[in-house]
This record gives sequence, C-alpha cells and structure tokens, in this order.
Amino acid sequence: MKYLEDRKYVIQAIFLAVAAVYALKLFYIQVIDNSYKLAAENNAIQKIIQYPFRGLIYDRDGRLLVQNMPVYDLMIVPKEAKNPDTLHFCKVFNIPLEEFREKMKTAKAYSYVKPSPFLTRLSTQEFASIQEYLSDFPGFYINARTVRGYTHQSLAHALGYIGEISPAKLENPKYSKYLPGEYLGISGIESEYEQFLMGKRGVKYKMVNVRGIDKGPFRDGEYDTLSVAGQNLVSTIDLELQQYGEKLMKGKIGSVVAIEPSTGEILSYVSAPGYDPNLLTGKEFGKNYLALQRDSLKTLFNRPIMASYPPGSIFKLVQALISMQDGVITANTGFPCNQKLIKCSHGHETPSNLRIAIKHSCNPYFYQLFRNQINQGKSRNTFIDSRIGLDNWNKHILTFGFGTKLGIDLPNEKKGIIPTSKLYDKYYGENRWKYSNFYSVSIGQGELGTTPLQMANLMAIIANRGFYFTPHIVRSVGENGKPLPKYQVKHYTSVDQKHFEPVIDAMDDVVAKGTGFYAKLAHVGITVCGKTGTSENPHGDDHAVFVAFAPRENPKIAIAVYVENAGFGGVSAAPLASLMIEKYLTDTISAPRKRWEDWVLAGNFKPKKKKR
Amino acid sequence: MMRPKKLTQNLDWPTVLLYFLMVGLGWMNVYAAVYSPDHVINIFSWDINSGKQLAWIGTGVVLMIMILVIDHKAYDSLAYLIYGFMILLLLATLVLADPVKGSRSWLVLGPVRLQPAEFAKFATALAVSKFLSTANLQNQNLQDHFKLVGLTLLPPLIIMMQNETGSALVFGAFLLAYFREGMSPLILIIGAVSVAIFILTLLFPKLYLVAVITVLLGLWLWANQRIFFRKWPMITLIYGLIIGMIFSVDFFVNNVLQEHQQNRIKALISPEADPRGFGWNVTQSKIAIGSGGFTGKGFLEGTQTKFDFVPEQSTDFIFCTIGEEHGWIGSVVVIALFILLLLRIVKIAERQKSVFGRTYGYCVASIIFFHFLVNVGMTIGLAPVVGIPLPFFSYGGSSLWSFTILLFILLSIDSNRKMDLTR
Ligand SMILES: [Zn+2]
Repeated sequence: MKYLEDRKYVIQAIFLAVAAVYALKLFYIQVIDNSYKLAAENNAIQKIIQYPFRGLIYDRDGRLLVQNMPVYDLMIVPKEAKNPDTLHFCKVFNIPLEEFREKMKTAKAYSYVKPSPFLTRLSTQEFASIQEYLSDFPGFYINARTVRGYTHQSLAHALGYIGEISPAKLENPKYSKYLPGEYLGISGIESEYEQFLMGKRGVKYKMVNVRGIDKGPFRDGEYDTLSVAGQNLVSTIDLELQQYGEKLMKGKIGSVVAIEPSTGEILSYVSAPGYDPNLLTGKEFGKNYLALQRDSLKTLFNRPIMASYPPGSIFKLVQALISMQDGVITANTGFPCNQKLIKCSHGHETPSNLRIAIKHSCNPYFYQLFRNQINQGKSRNTFIDSRIGLDNWNKHILTFGFGTKLGIDLPNEKKGIIPTSKLYDKYYGENRWKYSNFYSVSIGQGELGTTPLQMANLMAIIANRGFYFTPHIVRSVGENGKPLPKYQVKHYTSVDQKHFEPVIDAMDDVVAKGTGFYAKLAHVGITVCGKTGTSENPHGDDHAVFVAFAPRENPKIAIAVYVENAGFGGVSAAPLASLMIEKYLTDTISAPRKRWEDWVLAGNFKPKKKKR
Repeated sequence: MMRPKKLTQNLDWPTVLLYFLMVGLGWMNVYAAVYSPDHVINIFSWDINSGKQLAWIGTGVVLMIMILVIDHKAYDSLAYLIYGFMILLLLATLVLADPVKGSRSWLVLGPVRLQPAEFAKFATALAVSKFLSTANLQNQNLQDHFKLVGLTLLPPLIIMMQNETGSALVFGAFLLAYFREGMSPLILIIGAVSVAIFILTLLFPKLYLVAVITVLLGLWLWANQRIFFRKWPMITLIYGLIIGMIFSVDFFVNNVLQEHQQNRIKALISPEADPRGFGWNVTQSKIAIGSGGFTGKGFLEGTQTKFDFVPEQSTDFIFCTIGEEHGWIGSVVVIALFILLLLRIVKIAERQKSVFGRTYGYCVASIIFFHFLVNVGMTIGLAPVVGIPLPFFSYGGSSLWSFTILLFILLSIDSNRKMDLTR
C-alpha cells in the first residue's frame, strides 16, 4: 500500500499551506496594512476611576459645615511626555526650572508608563488659565477631583481633614480598597466616619485615541459601574453656639465642651487655640500643616479629648455621690474643717452637712469623707482594708466614665488617669500602701487626670440624676436619621437617683451665693448648677475650670470650660460658661451681662491665690 | 513496565523540547494577557491566570511522567474501556454540571474545574485507532463503516448537547487521519468544497456566484467535451447540488443555527457591520495583532489586550497578545513551532510499525492541527469565532492536560516501537 504512504505528503502539504496562508495574512495586517495600527491608536481603552462625591456634613440645624469643591491635578505619563518644551512649560505653569526637573525625576522614578500627579490642587482659576496650553504638552492631562471646603472658620478639630493615603496604609490590608493617590479622612469626623463618607468608586471604560481624545464609551458602557456618593452626616453641633464659644475662647488656651444631657449630643466643641479648617485643604495644605504642627501653642492638639488635667475640687462632687451610695455618709453628715489634716481656704462656716461642704469646697471635709470611704473596716489590716476600699471605689468611678475612653466618635480620645491598686503596688510595693499615701485624691489632686469631655459628661450625669449617653458629635448617618447604635444606649452609674438631689442643691448654692457667683443667670429665670475648680499646674499658673448644667429642672445643657493658666475658675471659666448657657437657652446675651462678655473677650484674668 | 534508562533513550526528545518551549511561551503570554500596568501582580501570584497556569503545567508534568511510565500496551488494550468511561463522563457532565454561560460542560471536583469534552479527544483517538487496527479501512464492509462513523460521532453529539459547538467540531479533524488510512479523498474534497461554497455564498451575492460557477463549468466542459458525454448525469447532479447548496445557505444560517452561532458567522463575513456587537472580538483581535507591526510592542507593552473583563484574552484569544507584543516575527515563530511539531508527529506516526500506533499519531496531528487552524484563523479573521483553545498556549487546565495526555501517549507508544518489532 505504498500509495497510501504517499498521502503523508498531502497531509504535510496541507499543514504547510495553512501555515503559509496565515503567515502571509499576518504579514499583510501587521506590516503592510497600516489601518490596524491607526485603529489601535484610536481605540486604546482607558480605565477611568469615578471618584464618588464625598458625603456632606451639616450642623444640627441643617447649616452646611463641610462641602466639596473642585480642584484640578495636572497628571503626567512620562512615556508620552517625551520632549516637552520645558521653558514654555515653566512659563505657562509658573514654576521654576529646577522644580520642573525635580518633579519630572520623581514622576519617572514612580513609573514610566503610569500616570502620577505633577502639580496638585490647582484652583478653578488656575485651571482656566492653563487649559488652552494643555494641548502643547502631550503626556500631561488634567484630572479633576474635589477637596473639602468650608463656609466658616469653625470646628476644625472635630471635623478633621482629608489627605492622600500614606504608603504605609496602602500596605495595610485594612485599606485594600484604596488606590495610591486616593484621599481619605485622616482626623476628626472625616476619619471616624470614613466608611460612610467615602461612598463607592465607580469605573468607566472609554475608548480614547493616542492624544487622549474621547471616542465614546467602551462597549456602550457594559462594564461600567456607577459611583455612589457618600452618605451625608448631620452633626450634633450648634454652629452658632460653636462660633460663639470660639469667639469667647479667642486668645486663650483651653476647651469648651457642651452636651445635651438627655441625648449625649455635643452642642459645642471648642479647642483653643483653633484654626481655620480651610487651611488644610487646597494647594497650601503641606505648608499650612507644617506651620500648625510647629507652632508653640500646639494648635493641632485636640484638647477636649486629649488634654488630661487633675480635676481639682470638681471631683468632690463624685466623691460625695459615691460615699452616699455606699452609706459612708448621708446628706446630713458633718466633719470638722480640721486644717491639720489638709489646708483649707480662709475661714468658712462649719461644714455640718454635705451641702455646706460642697458650697465652700471644704478640703478637710472631703479628706475625712474619702478616708471613711477607703477604710470601711472590711479587714483589720490597714493595708488590705485600703486595697479593698480602693478597688470598691474604682468600680464606682468607672461607671462615671473616668479612667476609660468614653467612646466619642472622634479619634485619639485619651482615657485619663484613675489610681488603682495596681498603680500603688507599683509605686510602693504590693500591699505596702494605705490611705495616707493617696489622700490628695479626695480633693481631686494626686494621681488623677480627666479630660474636659469627661468633665462635661459628669455634668450630664448629674443633670440626668444618674445616667448618660456616650457623648457624640454625629446625630444622624445617611438617610436613617439616627446616630450609630452605640450612642443610643443609656449608661447608668452605680449611684442611685436619690443621692443626686443633695449634690444638686449644693451646686445650686455654689452659683447662687458661692464661688460660682459670676455664672448666675437668675435674672433671666435660669437656675444654673455649677462647680468651680482649679487644676494644679506644676509648669505655671493653674488652670481655671468651671462645670455646670442648666436649667436645674429639665436640664438642656451641660458644660465644662477649661481656661489654661487663668487661675481660679470662678472669675474666668464661670462667666464664660454662663455666657454659653445663656446664648444657648435664650439665643442672646442680656444687656446686664454684656459687661461679662466684654470681660471674657478681653481675657485679662489675673491669676488669684490658689483655691483648693 | 519499562526501565527508566530505556525510556530516556527511546523518548522522542525533539517533541518534548517543542512541548516545553510552547508551554513556556504560553505561560509568559498568559501573564502578558492579564497584566495591568495600573496594578502589577507577580507572575506567580495565584490570584491571576499565570499563577494558576503554572500549577497546571506542574501537574501536567506529573501526568506526563505517569503516562510514560505506564505500560504502553495498556493504551492499546484498554482503548475501548477508556472510550466507554469518557462517554459516561460526558453524559454525567450533562446531568451534573452547572450551566456556565449557557454551557453545561464543566465538572467541579473540589478546587478543580474540568471540561470532560477536552479529554474525550484522546479517548476517541485511542478508540478509532484501535478499531482501524482490527478492521482495515480499505477492506471494511458497510457495517464496519457505520461502526467507525458511530465511534467518531458519539462524543461530539453529546458535546453538542453541552452547548460546546467548538469542541464538537474538533472531531471533524479525524477525517484527516482516516484519509491517511485509506479513506477516499473525495470525502475530503467534498468537505472542503462545501465549506468554500458556504463561505463564498455569505461573501458574494448568490446570483453572481451561480453565474460564475455556470460559466466556469461551461468553459471546462467545452474544453473537455468527451467527459460531458460520458458522465453527464453525474455532472448534472453535482451542478444541481452546488446550486441547491448556494440557495439553502440562508435557510441553514437563519433557521438551523442558533443566534450566537449566526453572529459568529456574520462576524467572520463582515466584522465592520457591528464593531461593538457580534463583530467585536474579531475587530479587536485584528486591531491588536495588526498594531503589533513587524517586531511587536515588546513583552507586557501591549495596549489592546490588557483589560481582564474579556475572559477569553488569556484563553481563546491568546494569539492576540502574541501578535501585539511580539509582532509578525513572534507570530511566525509560533506558527513555525506548530508546523515543526506537526511534521515531527507525522514522522513519528510513519515510523510506527503498528496500524494502531500510526493511526493514533495521525489523530494527534489532526486534532492539534484543527485547533491551530481554527484558533489562529479566528484571531486574524480567517475562521469564525469558535471557542477552542490554542494547544499548549491558552490558559486552562483541561486544555493543557488533555493536550499533554494526547501527545505523551503517542510518545509512550513511540518509545516502545523497537520492542514491538522484536515481539
Ligand atoms: Zn474647710
């Protein structure tokens, strides 16, 4: 069957013929016919990320706090920008030659084929002036995006800012959704509510020619996804009150935190000195940020939640509440003002009950009260007894939100300091310490640190007679109109409701006829309950503190005011707090109190003698 | 079992070398096809096709060694058993498979997804070779003819039911092997003429076509008048059949073919008619290849084939990436590799002393050739868009495994040819 074997030549010929036809056809479309190359240039597919509109932020009355404003980045693809007319470029874009070379080097180092930003955050005006020259520079194109904008100069610390994602974060799987160069919230609400504000990126594929001219959507948009705008937030802040607070704190250092007791909503959040949030958006971001970071007053320091001060006399309110709950004292218990135990201010009436003791902030009274609280005779060994006492006290104190992060919806909250057995074991050795080692805690000194936020929350607790909602600054997320679930939970303290009334009586006295007299608002029919304090400052003049809530029945506002280095709280912090209360409750400042407004604005508080 | 030393001595190393060359080039081009400059992923990453392909290549090598170590006589004696098992597997797939894009051809075994249709090729090749080794084509009676046709057509019929038309068409390639074993060349010619008429009808107006054929026939008969007088009934019949075919093409396209099949036919004929629709793949593929020029744009530098939302980029359209990034030179190198391999297989087939071995060799060559013909043809607009992979190059475990099995069974049989001689 030799003839069959010859058929192998037929088969081999078929193979070779097909190969030849294909090679020829390929030669035709790849080498001879140019139309495919032209078509390729005309239909490069470009993937365009559609950045979503970041969620807006409003104040509690619907006033816009944070909006989006367009800016333009000049992008470069080094491969396509082969021989730009450098001098012409520098003239059009108004940059020095060295800067151009520097930026070109950076872009090439990043990638030869991938786009990277060349000049960032050009304003609409700048964009308009360069637009017509763009076609002179192949490889450069404009990428529009939005940055945050503010119609006011307030609330910078709480709002926070957004910025480009850092290389470190890009490595973190938690941020896998982000691309290089993308923006995200870095501090404040912007950071805390990032997942709601960011929205969802969309992707658009379009056909472009080599010059980047749009040739229409790719496959009629079959693969495109729409971007979804971020959710809007409504803040708990009352912008008017906020601005008033910032005005009063101008030129001073400190904090003002005002809370609505019935909800935990923060009405005002002042960290002084403040800064204009517009500084950290737009082209000058880097420069401005550096300047703020370097200034001696630590402007970027978010004082209401990060500054921890000894609470001073105000802590006596907490001591009284806990001791009543444990039955260590009753409202009618008296102690002598024994100056041998601890110094007290110049003579005052005998503290024959709690109300008088608080009104005069009697140090020996609370020294004795706290001694009885710690040493309840649960053990015959003083050391063990002190330990049991302190542990028990700790349990109470935690329920007031001291020594722990309250959980506000802002990053970097500090928890403050509350002494524990563990701490004293470390200081003095295990069970080698007793009441005499830490008696100063009785009057709010010693190993104690609380933030202004915690003190404002204490006022909310007393105003509510025993409970609080975690203070928060966003009252509704997106369409649902509610805050996050964790801010809808009532937290009860370990002290029963009935024990609050004697303390409130005393706070009423403090303002009506005691050290908080300058905070009195009786003439406009508002009963303010408050307490002055002085926070010891080993580095200079003491800090003035005043805390209060008002009105006494159905309280609407609880407030803590800290003015650093202003000495006694009664003359600086108290009038400032009362101005805030009056403004919030009556929307205005009554004529007789204008002089207090001027006094606070002037801010010449002479530090008085220390009051303990 | 054979001793390893003999195995290495008798193995056809040129084929092995060609195999690894093609698989290696394929792997690099799979990476290029899924590569995105915006988001560079390591070629070994399991997240992308190139990483997975490497795993398929690795397991393919294990398969290959197993095939070479198994007694070569097993392929001969177990041919029908393997075939029967494959038929059962195809039927099982039809029942068990989840439809993917309208096709019921995938079988999921834990982490592995396989397409039994791919493996039906080597099983059928074994079975028909076995059959021809017992019943010579030349001396077959009608019953034997029907048996052979049945053996050949059963797998593609089931595969058609799985909606994998492309894989079913591959079985037509066996005709080439049968031709070598004595089938009348008329069948090949009739097949080729039918395809030509079919395509011509779609390309040109029917009446022109009838006129041209009539005139050509008339001229030929005028020159060879004696043939006409001797064979006029036959000639009239053929003429009538051709004219009939021309006029039934429309009916066939519009009423027999399903819509996606119609679209593929239309795309082949005039991709420009709807470049964003059914012609899209063809247009894009030609643009990508055409833009490669003489030397190509360079590895990973392609711009036309870089978007991973066309899943066929690394599978059926892998040749686009080769054409775009390596130009005409690269394309011709790939074509040359295929031709070298095919010619080598023919050589191997011809040196077999058994009809079984020889027929199997030609089956292997025919299957690889058909894939090459249709796959490369569709990317350059010379064949309809039929979803079959480019052997050794395309991404995909089933395809790579099945071609590895197909080829290395032949090498196993071949490495024992001298022992057969002394038997
Ligand atoms: Zn006293």
